[in-house]
Amino acid sequence: MGGGITLNDFLVLSLIIFSLGLFTVLTRRNAIGILMGVELILNSANINYLAFAFYGGGQYDGQIFAIFVIMLAAAEAVIGLAVVLAIYQNFKTIDVDAAETLRG
Amino acid sequence: MLAQVIFYAIAALTVGSAALVAFSRNIVYSAFALLGAFMGVVGIYILLAADFVAMVQLLVYVGGILVLTIFAVMLTAGIGDVKVSNRAVGTGPAIVVAGVAAMVMLYAVMRTQWHQAAAFTPAPTTYAIGNAFLGDYVLPFEVASLVLLAALIGAIVISRHEVRE
Amino acid sequence: MDHPIAVTFIRLIVALPLLGAAINFIAGAWLQKTFGKRAISFIGCGVVIAAFILAVEAFIAMLRIPPENRFMLDDLWKWFDVGGLNLDIAFWLDPLSMVMTLIVTGVGGLIHIYSIGYMHDDDGYWRFFGWLNLFTFAMLVLVLGDNLWLMFVGWEGVGLCSFALIGFWYKVTANTTAGNKAFIVNRVGDLAFVIALYSLFAGLQAAGHATLVTREVAKYAPLLAGVPINFAGYQSAYPLVGFVTLLMFIGATGKSAQIPLYVWLPDAMAGPTPVSALIHAATMVTAGVYMVARLNFLFSMSPFTMGVIALVGGLTALFAATIGVAQNDIKKVLAYSTVSQLGYMFAALGVGAYAAGVFHLMTHAFFKACLFLGSGSVIHAMGGEQDMRKMGGLRHKMPVTFVTFIAATLAISGVPPFAGFMSKDEIIWQAISHGHPLVWAMLLTGAGITVFYMFRQVYMTFFGEFRGTHEQEHHLHESPPSMAYVLIALGALSVVGGIVKIPEFIATFKPFEEFLDPVFSSEVTRRITEAGIHSHATEAAFGVVTFTIVVIGWLIADLMYRQHKLEPARFSQMLGGVPYEWVYNKYYVDEFYNRVIIQPYMFATRALAWFDSNIIDGVVNLAASIIVFLSWLSGLFDHYVVDGLVNFASNLTLDVGGRLRRLQTGSINGYLYGILAAVMLILLVRAVVRA
Repeated sequence: MGGGITLNDFLVLSLIIFSLGLFTVLTRRNAIGILMGVELILNSANINYLAFAFYGGGQYDGQIFAIFVIMLAAAEAVIGLAVVLAIYQNFKTIDVDAAETLRG
Repeated sequence: MLAQVIFYAIAALTVGSAALVAFSRNIVYSAFALLGAFMGVVGIYILLAADFVAMVQLLVYVGGILVLTIFAVMLTAGIGDVKVSNRAVGTGPAIVVAGVAAMVMLYAVMRTQWHQAAAFTPAPTTYAIGNAFLGDYVLPFEVASLVLLAALIGAIVISRHEVRE
Repeated sequence: MDHPIAVTFIRLIVALPLLGAAINFIAGAWLQKTFGKRAISFIGCGVVIAAFILAVEAFIAMLRIPPENRFMLDDLWKWFDVGGLNLDIAFWLDPLSMVMTLIVTGVGGLIHIYSIGYMHDDDGYWRFFGWLNLFTFAMLVLVLGDNLWLMFVGWEGVGLCSFALIGFWYKVTANTTAGNKAFIVNRVGDLAFVIALYSLFAGLQAAGHATLVTREVAKYAPLLAGVPINFAGYQSAYPLVGFVTLLMFIGATGKSAQIPLYVWLPDAMAGPTPVSALIHAATMVTAGVYMVARLNFLFSMSPFTMGVIALVGGLTALFAATIGVAQNDIKKVLAYSTVSQLGYMFAALGVGAYAAGVFHLMTHAFFKACLFLGSGSVIHAMGGEQDMRKMGGLRHKMPVTFVTFIAATLAISGVPPFAGFMSKDEIIWQAISHGHPLVWAMLLTGAGITVFYMFRQVYMTFFGEFRGTHEQEHHLHESPPSMAYVLIALGALSVVGGIVKIPEFIATFKPFEEFLDPVFSSEVTRRITEAGIHSHATEAAFGVVTFTIVVIGWLIADLMYRQHKLEPARFSQMLGGVPYEWVYNKYYVDEFYNRVIIQPYMFATRALAWFDSNIIDGVVNLAASIIVFLSWLSGLFDHYVVDGLVNFASNLTLDVGGRLRRLQTGSINGYLYGILAAVMLILLVRAVVRA
């Protein structure tokens, strides 16, 4: 890629998104919010893969892996949201602080 | 030059959307910001000559997951109640942790001598990926499809049980 | 003797009374209730009479056989074959057992018939006949058994039935005590007998012919001549045959009531009178005599034992007669008389007059049974009274009883031509003939005393004034026909029964002795029996002497008790009344036995019982206590140590679990931090390790 965009740039971008995602995961109380944070983290990982794939000489291994990640993210999102809905049914809220009946 | 501009623009979009997702008080705002983040990521992918992956990202993430998320949001939240629908707690430690993580990773990125190959001419990747999926990577491919099946059934089971009760 | 005739009817003679006993015992109570006592009478007497008929048939058949071959064997089955001892259940009919069988079934049958009338009012009628039948069976096994062990089975069996019948009216404790006494005293004799059998068998086995079959013992007995006792390597100087025969005689003293084991017979009068007649006069007590006669070949080999037998027999004859003089119970007089007469039989055997002894056995069965049944008749008429001092003048009220009683008394007194004279006179003569003057003197004196007490009894009972109460006087009556006819039959036998063996100085007519000759035909026996004086003149002279003594005895009794010219009290005052006291109290023999034997035995019993309950049980209890203590300790261990460990483990788990539980905050946020921390840690570790 011409124009002087280096690998590092992509990596930094990726890590910023990762940090934001991490922050979301750690602070949000809304269950769906947490899941959104997880999606951000996964996306940042994908960017990483693809960046290395591109700057490693055009191999497509990274791309294949990124596709797998997307696949699994989808599966995980499905189940996560199903669980969220189930929790909503039981607790009438999706505030994760409310769902603490398993506390010891 | 143009590339850099495009890059920074897309990067800004992405980061900005991600920030919205992280800091917004309204879950719906977060959900839609997520759309922006995903779109930004699609742009990044294209920049990285991953056309197929970008399309997949668009279809699956935006078309599937995002929609699903918004469904969930709509179904569950008291969205009329703006203030409490997406509160954030414990931001302090979270900032610290995220910050530390970012610092560490930054350090790692900066200090490492990444092996970089020569530039190459981007080419359409679909063909190659398709071959790989049914060639070298056929096993993970099949297993992944099983995982999806399991997720499907699991989701049905979870939601079905709750409805029953 | 080696080739007996094989027959199969002897078992019927034995089996019929057994069948009667079985029916009476098993179904007797029901039969009596349903059909009345008639049914029991029919069965009980029927089997014995049938056995008698069979015995008579056997006798007739035997007479047709020439004398040397008069041996019949009925072999039923193999009894056991153990350690060299090979015995069958088999019945042996030779002249001796023929005579005994006829006596047992004949006299026994008559007594069974008598019992119909005598026991008529008793509710235990079926039990009585059951035991009588069983006794007859056992007695027949005794006399017909072909081997000594089978004989011993019968020996024990009659002892058992005797015990049961003495204590027949068991609700009165005194009766059962008398039964116990009979059985226990018998047992002492039985012990001696059994040891004798063992020793005999051991001796025969050492000589190479291990057997207890009587005819075989007879054949091989001479092998034991001079053989000393050899017990487990210990060789004694005493001859085995003497030891065996002596012990056997001790057994006989128990069964046949001689000194020193006669003490049970007078007490046995507690049983019903038919029992006294059958068992303690005619049959069981004669078992000892039969045994000695049967084993004459052994006894003849031991002059020492023969001497002991003669002496004991003579002494008993005299001793018992003296006691009989002072008794007031009508049955006790007859009991001591029986002991005395048995002494005569043994004395005869002891001096070697085997045939005479057996002859006296037979005549004694006739007249003693008649006397006992007559006394039963008197007791029945007196409503149960047995004290002669309360009787008197009964001859008017009970003529049949009186006549038969007199006949039997004359017989026992030895008045010719009654049966007793034939046999008793013979014995007294044989005693002196074989050279035993002391025994002869004892027997002679005994004869005189016998006459005395018998006529004392007759006069006190049947003559003079009635001395009982008015009710008893009104109750006096003659016995019913079933009893009267039996008395007549026995009385007749007492008169003519002696015809089969007349003393030689009168006439040579002794079919009885000739009949029994094959039994006493072994060499040793012949030597003894044929010894002795054969002069008829001497015999006649001694016969006169005997008769004189008899007359004197009668005269004294007559003067004292009929004419009342002599006062019995004056005689008893002699020597300060001491002789009378002694005689009346049976010389305090029972008291002596009690003090010397029974008390120490009971003491030893109690001591052992104390030992058992305190020491042995104490040890057992101690062991138990130790075990309980150990188990208490073990329980402690279990409670504190084992449970402690288990509890500790569980408490630890609960404790740790309680603490760890707090990790489950339920806060998803917290979990996420946790995951993050873990990931960071892993990365850190990896980075460090890499470095």
